Amino acid sequence: MNATAATLRIALVGNPNSGKTALFNRLTGSQQKVANYAGVTVERKEGRFVAPSGRVMQLLDLPGAYSLDAASPDEAITRDICEGRYPGEAVPDLIVCVADATNLRLHLRFVLEVKRLGRPLVLALNMMDAARKRGIRIDVGALEKALGIPVVETVAVQRGGAAALIERLDASVAPGPASVSAPVDSGAAATEANLHEQVRSMLAAAVTMPRATSAIDDAVDRVVLHPVGGLAILAVVMFLIFQAVFTWAAPVQDVITNGVTDLGVWVGGLLQSMPLLHSLVTDGLFAGLGTVLAFLPQILILFLFILMLEESGYLPRAAFLLDRMMFAAGLTGRSFIPLLSSFACAIPGIMATRSIQDPRDRLTTILVAPLMTCSARLPVYTLLIAAFIPRRTVLGLFNLQGVVLFVLYFAGVVSALAVAWVIKRMRSDKSEHALLMELPSYRLPNPRDVAIGLWERAKIFLRRVTGIILSLTVLLWFLSSFPAPPEGATQPAIDYSFAGVIGHWMTHVFAPIGFNWQICVALIPGLAAREVAVASLATVYAMSAADDAATAQLGATIASQWSLATALSLLAWYVFAPQCMSTLAVIRRETNSWRNVWISAGYLFGLAYLASLLTYQIARALT
Amino acid sequence: MRLSELKKGASAVVREVEDAHAADPIARRLRELGFVSGEPVRVVASGPIGGDPLLVQIGYTRFALRRAEAERVLLMAEDAA
Repeated sequence: MNATAATLRIALVGNPNSGKTALFNRLTGSQQKVANYAGVTVERKEGRFVAPSGRVMQLLDLPGAYSLDAASPDEAITRDICEGRYPGEAVPDLIVCVADATNLRLHLRFVLEVKRLGRPLVLALNMMDAARKRGIRIDVGALEKALGIPVVETVAVQRGGAAALIERLDASVAPGPASVSAPVDSGAAATEANLHEQVRSMLAAAVTMPRATSAIDDAVDRVVLHPVGGLAILAVVMFLIFQAVFTWAAPVQDVITNGVTDLGVWVGGLLQSMPLLHSLVTDGLFAGLGTVLAFLPQILILFLFILMLEESGYLPRAAFLLDRMMFAAGLTGRSFIPLLSSFACAIPGIMATRSIQDPRDRLTTILVAPLMTCSARLPVYTLLIAAFIPRRTVLGLFNLQGVVLFVLYFAGVVSALAVAWVIKRMRSDKSEHALLMELPSYRLPNPRDVAIGLWERAKIFLRRVTGIILSLTVLLWFLSSFPAPPEGATQPAIDYSFAGVIGHWMTHVFAPIGFNWQICVALIPGLAAREVAVASLATVYAMSAADDAATAQLGATIASQWSLATALSLLAWYVFAPQCMSTLAVIRRETNSWRNVWISAGYLFGLAYLASLLTYQIARALT
Repeated sequence: MRLSELKKGASAVVREVEDAHAADPIARRLRELGFVSGEPVRVVASGPIGGDPLLVQIGYTRFALRRAEAERVLLMAEDAA
């Protein structure tokens, strides 16, 4: 067996914003595996491609790092793998360091740091197209000589833009059994100033920069970061995104919901002879699947926009504009977009917190995201407001129903800020949270990179989240269907089931907040997703909730049977209660910890109970 | 003078980064990002509320720094620059 036949293990490293992931996408295409490193929430991306010689190249895309002197869990992983001491990861045969050719003053310092490890190293000068456009001239030969490592030019966003790198990798001979050489430690001589001094002399020898920054970036930033104009632009961008989410997602959601229902009916038809299995498949599996899949269009559309904002370089600008405001509440500017996305759905919001570097800021953002009023609460709000709040004008201007809806949204935002503030106070680690955020050059989002990012998100949601949700849906179906009602039963079937029993038992706890047993029973299947509560209330009141007429009928029924205090209390409950398994499942997946799921569910239920108790008791005293 | 006191649009040269406390990770990161002696800096923009954070150009890169972070960066006296 000759050396060229062996697989070459390559690690891609580089500063954030070096275009490293775009280069990884260019090299590996769809041959990627995305997972997490064991025990942490740092994403592990692996891919492979076959070089022209037939040799298999196995690539690991390491997290972006400014320095090997790690300041975050991401950077620690990059450091440990490069140094060959990450448990369970093989030492890479070769390291490819990716640097942005327009930003070498910063990126070459990291190259020098990686070089000190003494591992085989190739430098990929990426974004050479942008460098040429800006008139930046790089003498590759001189740079190779100064660095003492091979240097190749790449344009990750162009077809064939990595050809020189592939050729270079193909020509490199796989070393024998990988040995971890001790890092070349130059001791006291390798101070920070020393590294920067070396970079300066290399730039002087090999690089001509007509201008330190791109003229386009300067012009765009003058508008986008303007104290007034910048905020106005941000508001317009966010407004357009929300418009798109709600106008584009709704029709697709209907198609998916109807499709899944029809499929369920068809499959159910085949199982007509086995009533139990029939009920499990149609009421359990397909109903659950429909609920989960109905989220997908919203999630994907939101993610499409988040990815484009991220790729274009606008996301850190938005964070810059809002940092002061968010910091006052114990968050960071980077929390804003995830929290705003949570107004549509907390799931993409929580997944988008990956762009928050500080793990403490990220966890706080994840914990408060469910307090943003997501679109699934609207059916519940609409039902209750229409049934209990009179349509009348207050202060000669506002519709009372609209005012109540606004108060519900506002309560969510205020409590999110308050909870974030409390978390900040309670935290034992009081060390300063850094912003230190790079504002990268503006770039046109590359459709291929956006598509790959979107596909990854969809896979995570479908694969990781659906399993948990489906098993819980089946459990809820079981609780609501067993035991079957006795002969000659007069009440709806659910009343005789375990859910009914639990619901009746729950009234002991929920009586102080004004919930009758019907509400308690409906809350159990309503754990699947908030809007399911409307359907389950209809079930409890023994009516079919398949159409708008039934919903109107339900509104009339509850208006005649509930007190106003009970209705207000239920509204307050829905501002806080974590009645959404998908959100809890995503928190589990994104924080890799059941503990955070319990904390989040626990405090949300606590707040919900407290808010409902206050609302009910005050409303009862006043009415 | 400190970077946090530099006016919008003004340039200066970095003298050193001061540790706010022993083994200050933020000061260390600032040095890694290029805030080292002799490096020119410029305040490009500032946030809409209270002029915080600052947008600072160093080398070919722009960083957003909160005022508390920029306070760690000491600048050379104007005549020395």
